[in-house]
Amino acid sequence: MATNISTANDTETVLRTENLNIYYGNFLALQNIWLDIPKNRVTAFIGPSGCGKSTLLRCYNRLNDLIESFRAEGKILFYDKNLYAPDIDPVEVRRRIGMVFQRPNPFPKSIYDNIAFGAKINGYKGNMDELVEQSLRQAALWDEVKDKLRQNGSSLSGGQQQRLCIARAIAVQPEIILMDEPCSALDPISTLRVEELIHQLKEQYTIVIVTHNMQQAARVSDKTAFFNVRTTETGGRNGYMVEYDATEVIFNNPQQKDTQDYVSGRFG
Amino acid sequence: MTSSFPERSLTRAAMSQRTLFNTVMTVIAFTCGVLALVPLLAVLSYVIIQGFGSLSPSVFFELPPKALQKGGGFGNAILGTLLMVGIAALISIPFGVLAAIYITEFGSAQAARGVRFAANVLSGVPSIIAGVFAYGIVVLTLVKLNLGSYSALGGGVALAILMLPIIVKTTDEALQLVSQDLRQASVGLGATNFQTVSQVVLPAALPAIVTGATLAIARASGETAPLLFTALFSNFWPDSLFQPTASLAVLVYKYAISPFKNWQSLAWAASLILVLMVLITSIIARWATRQKA
Repeated sequence: MATNISTANDTETVLRTENLNIYYGNFLALQNIWLDIPKNRVTAFIGPSGCGKSTLLRCYNRLNDLIESFRAEGKILFYDKNLYAPDIDPVEVRRRIGMVFQRPNPFPKSIYDNIAFGAKINGYKGNMDELVEQSLRQAALWDEVKDKLRQNGSSLSGGQQQRLCIARAIAVQPEIILMDEPCSALDPISTLRVEELIHQLKEQYTIVIVTHNMQQAARVSDKTAFFNVRTTETGGRNGYMVEYDATEVIFNNPQQKDTQDYVSGRFG
Repeated sequence: MTSSFPERSLTRAAMSQRTLFNTVMTVIAFTCGVLALVPLLAVLSYVIIQGFGSLSPSVFFELPPKALQKGGGFGNAILGTLLMVGIAALISIPFGVLAAIYITEFGSAQAARGVRFAANVLSGVPSIIAGVFAYGIVVLTLVKLNLGSYSALGGGVALAILMLPIIVKTTDEALQLVSQDLRQASVGLGATNFQTVSQVVLPAALPAIVTGATLAIARASGETAPLLFTALFSNFWPDSLFQPTASLAVLVYKYAISPFKNWQSLAWAASLILVLMVLITSIIARWATRQKA
């Protein structure tokens, strides 16, 4: 059984998950999650398919609200506000907690408008050109696209598209950026560039990244949570968190045998 | 090692059963493809040949002539068709597009199923029945209110009923084809549902929606039956939406079955104009949406 070791964070906690249970209809997808995410650090979620790590990630910006049968019990505290309290506006949550998806999904608009869209809908009043340039620079994409800002976002390569999506997320000035397997559709060189970018971004943002690639988790993250899935008697599959600790500990000296087996590639 | 598969040569055997069967089937499929094109090409070429012969600038600007009188045209029918299709488009496009947005983006699964079913049923309703309906709803009401009777308004409403299901269905399909990733990207940036639909989903689906609306317009501009007893016909320029109005389709119907040579040739010219109008509408629509995309 899981013993959830709660290790103290070296920086302030931005997202505190308390006794979170997630259901799809009557099906319990994630069970009893306790997890604190530190500010200005990269936290990685690893684990086999179906363990609920992406589901948990999408809880942090209430993107699961789009799924009709979804239900969350327990608390996710963003500083001291419970994101699932009835008076919370999910639209504003999503502005403060941005998301980068598995497949690059630029809007079918120009590169410029891809960045400007989020700012416009959120009532940005500053200089749009500056914001676009600054966001693209932060996403290490400016030099490649500065001469073709009017071109369609989908004309870029996959890796560039993903950095465009990161720039788009940055442009609304979120505090946290959630990344759901951001490199799984990219080639190794693009992956490397996105990883370098993650390193730079953590100075300003808190990053939570779901990844299937354990080397990636080891390379980019400060803390790692390992999730696993167990089959119940009725055949349902419940995800749960096995272990959460500093990334070195998870990869070199995990406390749980399941974690040891997973990070050493013996299953999953 | 023995194989359970029959032994075959690597080189191509032109007379083997497989190759022969393949060739025969390809030929049959090709023939059917050509046969399907024959009616289209035959109709188009016949209309073009016959229509061009009767075409002259006067057909656009003059009123229908008396029987056996030289010259004349059907400018009033062109205007009437544009007027009624315009009324129909003004009614059916906003309603249809908004209904489709509701069922794909906001409505519950049951509501969506209900509206889709209704649209399917409506698209199967014979056009004459749409005409009877518009007659009952618009023409008789106008009579009661002493405003008129047979009218462009009645014709427009009848055509709108025929266009509505086409627009709902094509818009519905277009919106469903917009990837869920795009919606999530927009929502994930803090967009409200309205912003997501109006600024991301609709622009992405616009080319397909415009194609659907064009199809509906093309269908409506050729409809005759529902106009016969809603708009009727008129030999004069339309000067009010509440008066009997000429249309190309009804003009073709009336003049083609008349015994008079000059009316018959005007019917051919009107057919050609009708075909060209549909063609031009769809070309313009495609061109306009290509610019945007």
